[in-house]
Amino acid sequence: MSDSKLSPRQWVAPHVAGLPRSGIRDFFELVQTMDDVISLGIGEPDFVTPWHIREACIYAINHGYTSYTSNLGDPRLRKAICKYSAETFGLHYRPENECIVTVGVSEALDIVLRAVLSPGDEVLYHEPCYVSYAPSVRMLHAVPVPVLTRGENDFVLQVEDLEKALTPRSKVLLLNYPNNPTGAGLTMADKQRIADFAIRHNLLVLSDEIYEEISYIPRTPSIASLPGMKERTVTLNGFSKAFAMTGFRIGYACGPADLIEAMMKIHQYSMLCASSIAQAGALEALQNGQGPREDMRREYEQRRNVIVKRLNEIGLSCFMPRGAFYVFPCISSTGLDSTSFAKRLLQEKQVAVVPGTAFGSCGEGFVRCSYATSLEEIEIALTRIQEFVSGLS
Amino acid sequence: MNDDTLKKEIVALLRRNARMPEKEIADRLNSSADKIAALIRELERDRVIMGYCAIINQEAENGEVRAIIEVGVQPERDTGFDMTAERLGKFPEVHSVYLVSGQYDLRLEVVGQSLQDIASFVSSKLASQPGVKSTATYFLLKKYKEAGVQISKDEHYERLKIVP
Repeated sequence: MSDSKLSPRQWVAPHVAGLPRSGIRDFFELVQTMDDVISLGIGEPDFVTPWHIREACIYAINHGYTSYTSNLGDPRLRKAICKYSAETFGLHYRPENECIVTVGVSEALDIVLRAVLSPGDEVLYHEPCYVSYAPSVRMLHAVPVPVLTRGENDFVLQVEDLEKALTPRSKVLLLNYPNNPTGAGLTMADKQRIADFAIRHNLLVLSDEIYEEISYIPRTPSIASLPGMKERTVTLNGFSKAFAMTGFRIGYACGPADLIEAMMKIHQYSMLCASSIAQAGALEALQNGQGPREDMRREYEQRRNVIVKRLNEIGLSCFMPRGAFYVFPCISSTGLDSTSFAKRLLQEKQVAVVPGTAFGSCGEGFVRCSYATSLEEIEIALTRIQEFVSGLS
Repeated sequence: MNDDTLKKEIVALLRRNARMPEKEIADRLNSSADKIAALIRELERDRVIMGYCAIINQEAENGEVRAIIEVGVQPERDTGFDMTAERLGKFPEVHSVYLVSGQYDLRLEVVGQSLQDIASFVSSKLASQPGVKSTATYFLLKKYKEAGVQISKDEHYERLKIVP
């Protein structure tokens, strides 16, 4: 029997079919086809996870620590997270009900959005930003509202721009500082202005602080620690960047107990718990990882000094990033748009950078260079970029 | 950064890579190559930096033989172990000398061209030194890690080329 008369059914839901593919994805596929590429396009540490953390995971396996953990995460880990948060960020949370361990910050962001958004709710977020923010909101039938940030402000979010984007449906403000892709960071005064705005308009703040430990300016307390903010802020953090543990997939969220409880329901039905073995590694990282973490941060800082100086000498102006491991040079002086610049640099000089537009339309005129790569490779890449740029003029 | 902080950073970088160019050190630390060169000269003059050496894979060492020697020493009045330690250190075969706590007093690392070389050094020179009470010699068979560097490279993981 033939069912050729039936038109094929569209299995994929329209709102998912309508999601754009990540701009980074196309570029990734192009890079994969090439040999001998030096990549400044990698958003993860080039350090291998410190051995003591890996060893703790092996110990956990050897001793049979291989079952489910509590939905919220191993209580010892939650306790360590809350202690760390208090000591490092001046934020006090109760491990019993104000902290949840997740599968990376990606899951933490997903479940907090799912916990608070109804269809049609609006989420204010800044662009350029991490590639998942707008799609994560769209998947919930909610509305991502980008607020553009600009090079002239070192990509710090401005309250005037927030005010313009505000509507009666605005419910959430999503922040990511230190920022991927720009390396921007917030001073205490910036945080205070944004906090005042959130309080004035009764918004929930989601603060993605995954790069907080890779900061090059004197540490300022989290936005959640400002008066009136703790009850309206969920901080998201994780182990991937600070402790070079990307593959372990461990993140966490801290916030008001009712929100954590709501997030826990979603987490329990979709994920159950994060890997027990990876949680053992995360606990070790918090207990004994401060030395290696600081060594890595200092290395990033020194590479940043080198790459910023050289890019400015080449004529691709960029400001001194305050955190994370990215620089975001302006390439408009070359007369090329971001995508052409990145494609031609790759094809002609075998250096991969990511077009700024992958992180939002206002990334046009910029490219992201990651310095989570050895300085030897960075030096070679910079020499090739210099040749490429001088070949254009 | 003030000069003292800069010097600390320079020492930390040179310990990792003694061949790091002054220009690179300067760029890393937001300083100038001239300034870094001057500070390194000061560090050398003040004997903070005593020298530079390479970490060599054993296979490339041309059949050199190394041994750890534990030496029991009779301490002297006033100077303790210092006189004997300084004297033993003058032999060119002796690569390093440490005073240690525990079962014995001085820990020597000795380098020679053959087992016989080292054996004769121990019996004819070392053991007969005034103050030396006992020796125990351990020949090194294989080197796994030196000066913070793992000799075998067993980690080859390659990251994805583009990660958001």
